[in-house]
Amino acid sequence: MNRIGKFIVLDILKNKIILVYTLILAVLSWGVFSLEDNSTKGLLTLLNVVLLTVPLVSVIFSTIYIYNSSEFIELLLSQPIRRSKIWLSLFFGLSISLLLAFLIGAGIPILVYAPLDIGGMMLLVGIFITVVFVAIAFLSSIATRDKAKGIGIAILLWMFFALLFDGLILFMSFQFADYPIEKIMVVVTAFNPIDLARILILLHLDVSAMMGYTGAIFKDFFGNQVGIIAAFTILLLWVAVPFIISLRKFRRKDL
Amino acid sequence: MKYKLTILLSVLVQFYSFATTYEVGHNKPFKSIKSALKNVKNGDSLLVYEGVYKEGNIVINKEIKLIGKNYPVLDGQKKFEILSVKSANTLICGFRVQHSGYATLDDPGAIKVYDSHNVTIRDNILDDNFFGIYLQYCRNCIVKNNQIQAYGIEEQQIGNGIHCWKSDSLQIIANKISGHRDGIYFEFVTNSIIWRNISTGNIRYGLHFMFSNNDSYITNVFKNNGAGVSVMFTKNVKMINNTFEENWGDAAYGLFLKEISDSYIFGNHFIKNTSAIHMEGTSRIKVERNVFESNGWGMKIQASCMDNEVTANNFIGNTFDISTNGSLVLNTFNGNYWDKYEGYDLDRNHIGDVPYHPLSLFSVIVENNPPAMLLFRSFMVSLLDKSEKMIPSLTPDNFVDNTPLMHSLGL
Repeated sequence: MNRIGKFIVLDILKNKIILVYTLILAVLSWGVFSLEDNSTKGLLTLLNVVLLTVPLVSVIFSTIYIYNSSEFIELLLSQPIRRSKIWLSLFFGLSISLLLAFLIGAGIPILVYAPLDIGGMMLLVGIFITVVFVAIAFLSSIATRDKAKGIGIAILLWMFFALLFDGLILFMSFQFADYPIEKIMVVVTAFNPIDLARILILLHLDVSAMMGYTGAIFKDFFGNQVGIIAAFTILLLWVAVPFIISLRKFRRKDL
Repeated sequence: MKYKLTILLSVLVQFYSFATTYEVGHNKPFKSIKSALKNVKNGDSLLVYEGVYKEGNIVINKEIKLIGKNYPVLDGQKKFEILSVKSANTLICGFRVQHSGYATLDDPGAIKVYDSHNVTIRDNILDDNFFGIYLQYCRNCIVKNNQIQAYGIEEQQIGNGIHCWKSDSLQIIANKISGHRDGIYFEFVTNSIIWRNISTGNIRYGLHFMFSNNDSYITNVFKNNGAGVSVMFTKNVKMINNTFEENWGDAAYGLFLKEISDSYIFGNHFIKNTSAIHMEGTSRIKVERNVFESNGWGMKIQASCMDNEVTANNFIGNTFDISTNGSLVLNTFNGNYWDKYEGYDLDRNHIGDVPYHPLSLFSVIVENNPPAMLLFRSFMVSLLDKSEKMIPSLTPDNFVDNTPLMHSLGL
């Protein structure tokens, strides 16, 4: 696995796209922090980057990369290597290179400018979001042989999690406004990794507002040790479940 | 005339020469305060030396000066009201008063003043009492430099730090109060001043204020109280240069205003409160040169408020600057600095050329549907907010600051 993984990482790093991604993240992050006079405003802009751009790039780049390396995968399969090993190395290779891009591009300015607690949380959340969407890319690319269809599924999934899901929740919360839905809302957010990530950061950024009304319920849940551990466990599940499903499919797939 | 004055003076000198000082202490003429009190006359002084005095309820009904040396301890053994002052022109200073009784019927206090005037209570330490200092039907009294702490856990089981009822012309100065139900409680108290007090960590309000007209509170710190500060059913209150900080919770407000009129809120700092100011049924209030920083909600102005003026304040880093619950706006906003303002200033007069709508759509949504708070800062919500800012359709469009400042005021 090591050698395959290393090969994939090097292959991706040679790819100019990932360098451009790093550069864009870096320019954005350094830019927002040096343009705004307080770091909170910069963090808000970066929050949108972490919640929209990072998952989009992760999911599309990974999906295309997997489709493009189908011949390489077939070549490897002709060797005496276990299928799960190939799939895992591909996953780690992609994750590591995208993470490197994120940490170098956005991580350094965040650590330099932002307060440690919010900045740290943002980095952690960014790391998880990257890996979650790599896993989702694996799922969508194994779902179909058709490249256009696969990429389409990936983009649709991103759109669903990043945009539609919140709209649906907003709609639902209005429909059921007469009922005590706070706890159910907490549960529902677990079904969207981006929402989960956003709330984790929100609890640090808007701490005063979160102490009010239902905020207190969320704060009670996500604010203490158990809640944070639970949230990250759910994020971890968001990595593990799609990937394992894709792995099982890959093992049985007739390539 | 000169002759009369001489007589008056000599009478005064005579009078004061009769004033004696009695000493109470371990190896002094009097061993207990009560026995000394039997001998004192109006105008005498009682010096109490170090020691623990467990004498039950001590009633002071002569005009004396009761002075503690090195903080002698008056202990109520959790059974008694400790000092009951029923005379005028009395001074109580330098005691450590602790462990008063607990009773909900007659509210025993560590120091309770009944129907009196010109009483001064200063430089005492009050520890673990039901009520700290309790004034009822008093005039011209001074409560100064006292440290009052208690360890209340439940609202029902602890009294207020400084409790004033049906009084007039009081001065509450430089006290430190913590752990009581309300730090300072004013009901039917008029023409009084609350100055330089620090009220922190009380279970309910830092300052609780009702039916108390023509009062001022100036340069106080109210921090981390259960529900912040509450000013209700009052007119002509001046609130100047106070700090309201870290009052967190669903029903916690930096400053809660209910049925207030003709008042003035000037130069205060509201920092990290869930809601900095909550206004309900208030009218003709001027809110000027205050700083609202890092609050959940800067101002919640309910539709029942009218003719209030919000002028020259700084709104910095609040989650929501303003929120309201209706569409009726009878208040004006002028010349404030809003850090969320995105307009421009072409004529360089430091006033933004585009009016600012401080009410975001999402704050209205959250007001009607609190669980939606979970969606805050999501892309969908930002989109809604942005479009609403451009063309206000759901939020009242006269909720507007026509002269928003480009730079924050130096406050």
